Amino acid sequence: MISRLLVANRGEIARRIMRTCRRLGIETVAVFSDADAGAEFVRDADYAVALGGNTPAESYLRIEAVVAALERTGADAVHPGYGFLAENADFARAVAAAGATFVGPDPEAIAAMGSKLEAKRLMSEAGVPLLPSAELGRLDGDELAAACAEIGYPLLIKASAGGGGRGMRVVADEAKLADAAEAARRESASAFGDDTVYAERYVSPSRHVEVQIFGDAGGRVIHLHERECSIQRRHQKIIEEAPSASIGPATREALHAAAVAAGKAIGYTNAGTVEFLLPADAGDVGDAPADFYFLEVNTRLQVEHPVTEAVLGLDLVELQLSVAAGGQLPEQSAIGPVAGHAIEARLYAEDPTRDYLPSTGTLRAFAVPGPVRVDSAIDQRGQVSQFYDPMIAKVVAHGPDRLTAARTLATSLRRATIDGIRSNRELLVRVLTHDEFLDGRGDSDFLERNDAAALGRPLVAGEALAVHLGAAALARQAWHRATTALTPAVATGFRNAPTTPQRVSFEHDGQIAEVGYRFTGAELVHLAVDGDELADPVLWSATPHAVDLSVAGLRRHLRVALFADRVVVTGPDGSVDLRPVPRFVEPGDTVEAGSLVAAMPGTVVAVQVSEGDTVDAGDTLVVLEAMKMELAVTAPTAGTVTAVPVSVGDTVTAGQVLAVVEG
Amino acid sequence: MGILRSTVDTSSETYQQNREAMLGHVARHEALVAQAMAGGGEKYVQRHHDRGRMLVRERVEMLVDPDSPFVELSVTAAAETEFAVGAAVVTGLGQISGTECVILGNDPTVRGGSMNPITIRKILRALEICEQNRLPMVFLVESGGADLPHQLELYLQAGSVFRAITDLSSKRIPTISLVFGSSTAGGAYLPGTSDYVVMVDHQAKVFLGGRPLVKMATGEDADEEDLGGATMHSTISGVSDYFAVDEMDAIRLGREIVAALHHRKLGPPPDRAPVAPRYDPDEILGIVSADLRVPFPVREVLARVLDDSELDEFKGGYGPNLVTGFCHLHGYPLGILANDRGVLLNEDANKAAQFIQLANQIDTPLLFVQNVTGYMVGAAYEQRGMVKHGSHQINAVTNSSVPHLTLQIGGSYGAGNYGMAGWPYKPRFLFVWPNAKTAVMGAEQLAGTLSIVARESAADRGIEFDAEADAARTKAIEDQIFFEEQAHVMSGQLYDDGIIDPRHSRDVLGVALSAALTNECRGGAAYGVFRM
Repeated sequence: MISRLLVANRGEIARRIMRTCRRLGIETVAVFSDADAGAEFVRDADYAVALGGNTPAESYLRIEAVVAALERTGADAVHPGYGFLAENADFARAVAAAGATFVGPDPEAIAAMGSKLEAKRLMSEAGVPLLPSAELGRLDGDELAAACAEIGYPLLIKASAGGGGRGMRVVADEAKLADAAEAARRESASAFGDDTVYAERYVSPSRHVEVQIFGDAGGRVIHLHERECSIQRRHQKIIEEAPSASIGPATREALHAAAVAAGKAIGYTNAGTVEFLLPADAGDVGDAPADFYFLEVNTRLQVEHPVTEAVLGLDLVELQLSVAAGGQLPEQSAIGPVAGHAIEARLYAEDPTRDYLPSTGTLRAFAVPGPVRVDSAIDQRGQVSQFYDPMIAKVVAHGPDRLTAARTLATSLRRATIDGIRSNRELLVRVLTHDEFLDGRGDSDFLERNDAAALGRPLVAGEALAVHLGAAALARQAWHRATTALTPAVATGFRNAPTTPQRVSFEHDGQIAEVGYRFTGAELVHLAVDGDELADPVLWSATPHAVDLSVAGLRRHLRVALFADRVVVTGPDGSVDLRPVPRFVEPGDTVEAGSLVAAMPGTVVAVQVSEGDTVDAGDTLVVLEAMKMELAVTAPTAGTVTAVPVSVGDTVTAGQVLAVVEG
Repeated sequence: MGILRSTVDTSSETYQQNREAMLGHVARHEALVAQAMAGGGEKYVQRHHDRGRMLVRERVEMLVDPDSPFVELSVTAAAETEFAVGAAVVTGLGQISGTECVILGNDPTVRGGSMNPITIRKILRALEICEQNRLPMVFLVESGGADLPHQLELYLQAGSVFRAITDLSSKRIPTISLVFGSSTAGGAYLPGTSDYVVMVDHQAKVFLGGRPLVKMATGEDADEEDLGGATMHSTISGVSDYFAVDEMDAIRLGREIVAALHHRKLGPPPDRAPVAPRYDPDEILGIVSADLRVPFPVREVLARVLDDSELDEFKGGYGPNLVTGFCHLHGYPLGILANDRGVLLNEDANKAAQFIQLANQIDTPLLFVQNVTGYMVGAAYEQRGMVKHGSHQINAVTNSSVPHLTLQIGGSYGAGNYGMAGWPYKPRFLFVWPNAKTAVMGAEQLAGTLSIVARESAADRGIEFDAEADAARTKAIEDQIFFEEQAHVMSGQLYDDGIIDPRHSRDVLGVALSAALTNECRGGAAYGVFRM
């Protein structure tokens, strides 16, 4: 029996676990870093203990600090969520040593599955099909080539201790093998402290289908059907669904059976996920299953578990807590068939048009209209910290069929309020409404085939964009009039002798657009964007928060969020994020032409040029580390470096000049 | 609660005729406004833009707060004179950094922004508005100086400008010069006498003598930047307090200077939320008689101007030719005196004198709505003391110390103009509808009077009266007065603060009233002796 649970995690998953606890009457304990001191999950918890620090290494990865929190609060169980210490056998052991229940598999299973090579060996013994692979150890030269020859090209070099795409290299042919192996070892060593790598066949395009399994202390292992997570950006899942739409009944049955076999082979307890790789055309071959290969076992609750919950009507966290407390799982036959179809989209604070550049800062307003499930770290506003994963929320739609679920999810995302931060919302909406995806052709190459940058472009364009720009200007106008102390009831922008229209410029998607408008009394008589008049504008109402506007006979009710430095206009077409261009510029504020500025806060990790150097367009000048990513700042044109005002180790803020290149 | 009830029949023929007539007046006004807006014409506007400079109204637009009102004054000054309509200068009431100011900008596209006698009159009026209403002045300077061929009519008057500026300063009313271009010779004293001066790099030229004059006078070869550029004045002479890198920077600095003034309004704030009138202001067009000899009900006009169409009438049953009462305009309490039937009788004049004193007792501003033919003539009225009753009203108006606003919606003749706070009685602001007429008396009346006087004079002297010559002379005089009494002719001479579209009345008056209340609003000053 668990009565007080410590959640050794943060953000949306911490909140999601606590939600179930609250429903079950279990008290909750949060642990938090300095950066998360004001976060919602900390407030959600009954008790909280500070871990200190900001980076994961300083906070959530510190086993001794989490165990100390466990002792301080007398919690009798720990849920690790996903990530951080979720798949750390030492942590599981430390929790047990402290006399508390670890909500997850036993440490041996975690350790075994944590090593990809070890996992493959165990699965091979259990008869689960594997991709042809080879351990590379310290091999180089001809030995390395020989070891890889059997696998064939293209092949993938992976870190044994890896995950999340780090330490991974695709090798197209033998000529590139040695360099790739070396790079993968280096990256693996720096990322995971272990340079063990292996090669395996690279199947591309492919399907990623995973089976949710559960085991209990009595040795029962059941499956909770499968999920498909083929739509990935750089090996990071962004859209997941249940059930898989690409496999046939024979394949489904075979996958489920293989997953359960895998679980049984390692005496698995609690929630786990067995991941499989399938060819892009994953349909049954006649009555026989398609080829499938074991990838790995994730010994934790998956990010995408809500789609399984949706189609089975289960609470997987509840099931985890039950099993952890020694409870018995239902029999496989008691698990119902899947009901309808569920799709989850991961909303990230990142810019798909700029190479998925993370976007940190304050999410000033956040709301996703239903009918969808939203698992998010924040309620209405909050910080997207540079220290952690930039996922804002998971949005899950459940419908009677796949097309309905996709449509519901797309509509909710399109109308969502995500003010103040660039997100991948546009990309998600475009994928969810893409013919290929809807036809079931959304394999792992989808985002490579369909230019992700183009998919991430703003949803609102053309006439609709002009209307949104106009709405932004009109809402600002309403705000000006609502907040003035002087003659507030005089017609907005009143002129007894007409001059130029009122003008305001906004930056949108890298372009500056000027909105001009004029009122006669309370009536809007002129609305133009960059000099092009919008036809027959009718302003039904305008407040600082909402603009009800018709243009050329089409009326839209647009929600507006006004901030000093941003205006976000959201409506049925999507959302437009605008930066008002200040009317005046302090002379000192202008940045010298040719200056390259930091796109986000970070640390300078390399400076590759010095003053006076001649550079070509594309040459790397400075490398910045931010949000766990290395960002190369490159020369936009050929020219001469005239200034490099930063050096290695400097912490820079967004907008700070890193280098100046004169063309 | 006296809500004015309208009984206007908007489908009547009279309404339609009135409306068309008024729209005709408005169109004539707008044509003149367009001339003023066009400045020196396309060629000079283009040349100015090509030099990377903003037009004066573009400067104003950038200077005032976004979406705030700007009421331009005397837009059509110099109409029907030899000078360009607008008089090469823009003046107006604007809100800068949340502060009501008078803005005055030269129009450099009109003869280089040089100043003619009408320009000086317009500038002096703007300075007077600052002084009366305690409004900061922001000059947007770019002028070639005096229009020298007219020096006789302006040299000494122009001197009053600098006197007025320093006078403002002595009264702690701030003056700010943003110098965008030339401001030379006498013009140099404009920034020179201002409290704050901003000069635009490579544009401002402020010196007493230019290069040729210096060469002639002393033989010195000096370049203009050394003689009067922004850098020199901002770093060496101290004539400039702020160096602006460009025009927008100067405007930015101007806005910052105004913000830092913390200029607080001394008058009372509105005492209730503004409420729009219950009737459509557009209908004013059809209410006002096309022929001003036909009286029209002023309450119908007030019902389309005042807050919630509300007027608490004072002495509603007494002196029916003048409507008096308290009301609100844009939330401000206000007393109204409005002519309802042209002429003023003894009772009307006395009612006016009493009401003015009452408004002063309670520190309430007054709005005079003029449509007046004058005080009544004839033995009966003279015997009842029309002269002294009219004098009561003039005495009260003259010595009333609360702000006066005057709106002329029809005729303004005779001493009625005086008693109803006409131009000579220095209202804080005086606005005129384009149908208005102002003269000592009506054209026919004036010409007819002269004809009778001539006929009687001929009879006295026993000379034969030349009826034909008299008819021609009468016609000529009539034509002259018909021309002179017109709103645009009077406004061209700066006998008001500008012609406005009747539909703009509520907002223009609201802006003017709010501006007037930047100064304190205190009634109850001493009156002259009322002849009893």
